[in-house]
Amino acid sequence: MNINEIQDQIVEEFAQFGDWMERYEYLIDLGRSLAPFDERHKTPEYLIEGCQSKVWLYPSFENGIITFSAESDALITRGIVALLVRVFSGRTPAEIVGANIYFIEKIGLRENLSPTRSNGLLAMMKQMRLYALAYKSKQ
Amino acid sequence: MKLAKSIEEIRSDFPILSTKAHGKPLIYLDNGATTQKPLQVISVMEELYRTTNANVHRGVHYLSDRVSDRYEAARETVRAFINARSREEIIFTAGTTASINAIAFSFGERYVGEGDEIVISGMEHHANIVPWQMLCERRKARLKVIPFSEEGVLDLEAYRSLLSERTRIVAVTHVSNVLGTVNPVKEIVAEAHRQGIPVLVDGAQGIQHGLVDVTDIDCDFYVFSGHKVYGPNGIGVLYGKAELLNELPPYQGGGDMVANVTFEKTTYNVLPFKFEAGTTNFTGAIGLGTALDYLSALGREAVAEREQVLLAGATAGLSAIEGLRIYGTAPHKVSVISFLPGQIHQYDAGMILDKMGIAVRTGTHCAQPLMERYGITGNIRASMAFYNTEEEIEALVKGVKKVTEMFA
Ligand SMILES: Cc1ncc(COP(=O)(O)O)c(C=O)c1O
Repeated sequence: MNINEIQDQIVEEFAQFGDWMERYEYLIDLGRSLAPFDERHKTPEYLIEGCQSKVWLYPSFENGIITFSAESDALITRGIVALLVRVFSGRTPAEIVGANIYFIEKIGLRENLSPTRSNGLLAMMKQMRLYALAYKSKQ
Repeated sequence: MKLAKSIEEIRSDFPILSTKAHGKPLIYLDNGATTQKPLQVISVMEELYRTTNANVHRGVHYLSDRVSDRYEAARETVRAFINARSREEIIFTAGTTASINAIAFSFGERYVGEGDEIVISGMEHHANIVPWQMLCERRKARLKVIPFSEEGVLDLEAYRSLLSERTRIVAVTHVSNVLGTVNPVKEIVAEAHRQGIPVLVDGAQGIQHGLVDVTDIDCDFYVFSGHKVYGPNGIGVLYGKAELLNELPPYQGGGDMVANVTFEKTTYNVLPFKFEAGTTNFTGAIGLGTALDYLSALGREAVAEREQVLLAGATAGLSAIEGLRIYGTAPHKVSVISFLPGQIHQYDAGMILDKMGIAVRTGTHCAQPLMERYGITGNIRASMAFYNTEEEIEALVKGVKKVTEMFA
């Protein structure tokens, strides 16, 4: 699946929920099932400091593919982190740099990416792109 | 004490309270961050722009005279509201932050040198920390911090021992914006005065919850923001004792603050104008005067009593939730309650409450050192005003219960 197919898949998953409560409950579940983050990477280097919640993002690059693992101290943020990892991890740098992210808006979570929320998510997305750009220039 | 209006009448004075948030009736419990404005304030601002707009103190013409009179009347309203001795002791600024910075600068210029000490408390808002740190850096002075107990009560014993012959000024908050603690500012001032040290009181969270009498407190400076006391934003007050203000150099130069300007030498205007450089926010000041009149007409003691009832309800309701911890349990508090339900992150809880239409504040509330004191990264704060209702408090408690279920 390409990035847009995964985005469409997420949009479809969320379409089955009737109200916001179910959507957030699903996000909480996603947050809980996010792959564990290596504690050794919980360092300032990988920390994306938000005012409201913190996000850690650890990239690795092998055989032309970027893998991200991530973590947050807030569960809902973690759920959205899980979605972003699902979309961006296991991609080539070119795919990430060229991606147009629309699923967050479509599943009604746009407010979570507003700069004033300062929960680390917007910065996380930027950081993913920056890593991709850096790896791309190394290729 | 009874409020001069019924709760229905009061709520209809605040049109924003009938907002729907995410399709639910808005429950506004973030009054510590900013308060809502009554129609009286909203309409006076509009009326000013419609009928009475001209620059203050700068014309002999009809409109300028009229607006200048009203600006000075607002100053008198503020003076009476905080019981200052004279109108010249009331300086209009942009807000609490601006007032503290003004004093940290002017006072620092005049009185603070290398090795001197400034005493603040551990429960200060960043606005009453950073300007003093900046001053300390400029002057190579030192910051001393009064500790407080787990309940959120300042350690006065420690305070006394912090005062020394190097202490130049004490700056403490009247009321903690996180813990709700009302500090014994009168005692704090008396103690400092015994050693000839002036005291600045940050009244940002004090002014809106009852009577503030600066003559009784005997503080040297008292500062607050209009937007936290039902007035407009961008306006605030710096009260200072005239003897002291007269000694301080102005912190901004410009129009209106001068008596005579030549390229060789400029002499300054008298108080309060010496500290009001440039075109001031006169519409804001008049709006603030209207807000204070509104509170006085409602009955300030009645407002405080009403808020105590809401605080007691919220405290009882929230304490009954298993695993919930309240930060700030001082015997003397205003209607501010900070808490964390179990291990749930404040941001998670805040987001769910928001979806229920409940506005609370989450995070560090601009008081990071205080959060560190408790070993937390932030918490949730509900801050109540007289226009809140018992039903809203119940909804908050129910909402927090729901949050604990969702994240259990
Ligand atoms: C205790 C305290 N001091 C200072 C401030 C700063 O007020 P302003 O942002 O209006 O200047 C606040 C506002 O949050 C406060 O609660």
